[in-house]
Amino acid sequence: MLRYRLAVASRAAAAIFGGYAFASALAACLAVWLPGPRTEAVLAATMLAFLAHACAALWVFATRSAVRAWAGVAGVTAVLAGLYMLARLTGSA
Amino acid sequence: MKPGNAQEGLRQAMSWLHTWTGLVLGWVLFAMFLTGTLAFFRPEITAWMQPEARPAMVEPARALDTAVDYLQRHGPDSPRWFVSLPGEREPAMRLAWQAARPQPGQRRFSIVYLDPASGREIAARETRGGDFLYRFHFELGIGYPWGRWLAGVAAMFMLVAIVSGVITHKKIFTDFFTFRPGKGQRSWLDGHNALSVLGLPFHFMITFSGLLLLMAMLLPAGILAAYDSERAFFDEAFPAFRMPEASGRSAPLAPLAPMLADARMHWQGGSVGRVTVSRPNDANALVSFTRDEGDRISYGRGSPVRVYDGATGRARSQSQDPGGATLVAGTVVGLHLGYFAHPLLRWLYFLVGLAGTAMVGSGLLLWVAKRRQKHAKAAQPPFSLRLVESLNVGSIAGLCVAVGAYFWANRLLPAGLAGRADWEVRAFFAAWALAFAHAGFAGRRGWGAQWAAAAVLLGGVPLLNAATSDRHLGHSLAQGDWVMAGFDLAALACGLLFAWLAVKALRARRQAAHAAQAAQAVQAAAQAARAARATQAGLPEGATEAGRP
Repeated sequence: MLRYRLAVASRAAAAIFGGYAFASALAACLAVWLPGPRTEAVLAATMLAFLAHACAALWVFATRSAVRAWAGVAGVTAVLAGLYMLARLTGSA
Repeated sequence: MKPGNAQEGLRQAMSWLHTWTGLVLGWVLFAMFLTGTLAFFRPEITAWMQPEARPAMVEPARALDTAVDYLQRHGPDSPRWFVSLPGEREPAMRLAWQAARPQPGQRRFSIVYLDPASGREIAARETRGGDFLYRFHFELGIGYPWGRWLAGVAAMFMLVAIVSGVITHKKIFTDFFTFRPGKGQRSWLDGHNALSVLGLPFHFMITFSGLLLLMAMLLPAGILAAYDSERAFFDEAFPAFRMPEASGRSAPLAPLAPMLADARMHWQGGSVGRVTVSRPNDANALVSFTRDEGDRISYGRGSPVRVYDGATGRARSQSQDPGGATLVAGTVVGLHLGYFAHPLLRWLYFLVGLAGTAMVGSGLLLWVAKRRQKHAKAAQPPFSLRLVESLNVGSIAGLCVAVGAYFWANRLLPAGLAGRADWEVRAFFAAWALAFAHAGFAGRRGWGAQWAAAAVLLGGVPLLNAATSDRHLGHSLAQGDWVMAGFDLAALACGLLFAWLAVKALRARRQAAHAAQAAQAVQAAAQAARAARATQAGLPEGATEAGRP
């Protein structure tokens, strides 16, 4: 029972905090990479990021194990953060 | 019921997620849905709460002149004036001006409501009116920013609950036509499904747009990735509201009426909602006219603006047509606020909002109904079940009592009481706290009493209005005063609904008591029969059937 509860708590943390980190990284990445005026890119990025956060939370609870959930969220977040940093370093932001 | 188990499949995982995301912040969501639904009638509620204020409608140009007169007298050296022009729904004019050099402890903005016909301040009882319900909807009565954060988190839980609910529900359309009344848990489930599917596009829109309305606070990463600060983003997104530097040279403000006429001409007669004068009486003064947000759905928080030079009255560079993302965000937010909805559509908004409220409420009741069945045999249901039941009573029926108390306080508190508006709000929270205390003590037995209290408070509103003002139903219906009549009749309808719920709750309780009595009687009879047989067989009393040779 305790193990089950810990696994649920771990997934909840992955969905809430991991999901928020993922959504933030996605918003930042899209805000700098989307073409067009900056205000437009920011709005589109933020709208998509809210939906992505909800989808991430669903996936975290649908996937096979809590470890997989964390690995998935952390992996995608790292890639998006990398893409954002790339834009910053190359000066296109 | 366990998340993410391969054998149990996606649907079970989503069903689990739907249950728990719905429960954890369900009470907060219920309060947000109910007060948000009421807030669709924010100006009308305020009008009912100030029955002595009857500002007459005047032409916008005349109203604007009156406003400028007042502001020149009270804030000629203020850096910025804001005027909300009178409209059909809000005939009073709201004026706000920023203090030039606010003293410590002084408020940055002074606000007055003017009667545009007389130019005098509206003389009416002090109340927050519909604004309180509107603010509570997204601030929950908790200080900035925590209330907004809680509301934002609740909205995200709601979004997850909506999507997982749809995935759980495989026969979404056939089930919509299934209703099995009077069957306990099945009926709650059918009702919950119908309410959810009926309003699904609305529920999704209102939740997603709610997140967008708080986006700069909830998810600033996108803004901060592209801009140095939020301020920089807003200055670029809304260039018309950038504050000009003061030149230090004074110059009289040109008449505003011709600028107003020019703006309206450019909008093919569209109406102006707000007028902002920055650096009035300075050579660099700017006057911006914001189009009424109710003119189009897509205006959300970003209506078109026309800017004029305050000293010369000449038009400045104008706002451009919005891009795709701006239009989408504006439309979604515009749908949430519903300013564009004229009377019939506004009532539809109200009804779908109530359906959403009932969806959240029935979901909370369903959680209890499911578990109560499981523990039907137990003498005492587990603590968690009793806790959720008490919270349900206090947050569902209790909030209805609190809203009723707010309206009663508005009419019963003396008009001249110091801090009157705050006392009305205190009455709301005191009634709610009382309801929670009662629910904690009575548990599920509290439903009947609380629905009855809500029925008396809301159903009594027309009588209360008749006793405390001259704009009662007899007058308002005869005069075609639909704001007053609509409020009284809507409150009466709510009162009748609550009375029906109270009767149902009390009847269910009596039936449960009867059933318990009957069960006890059957048990006692069986025991007596067993005892009789045991004595016959020469066995000591209390021996079991199985113990016989």
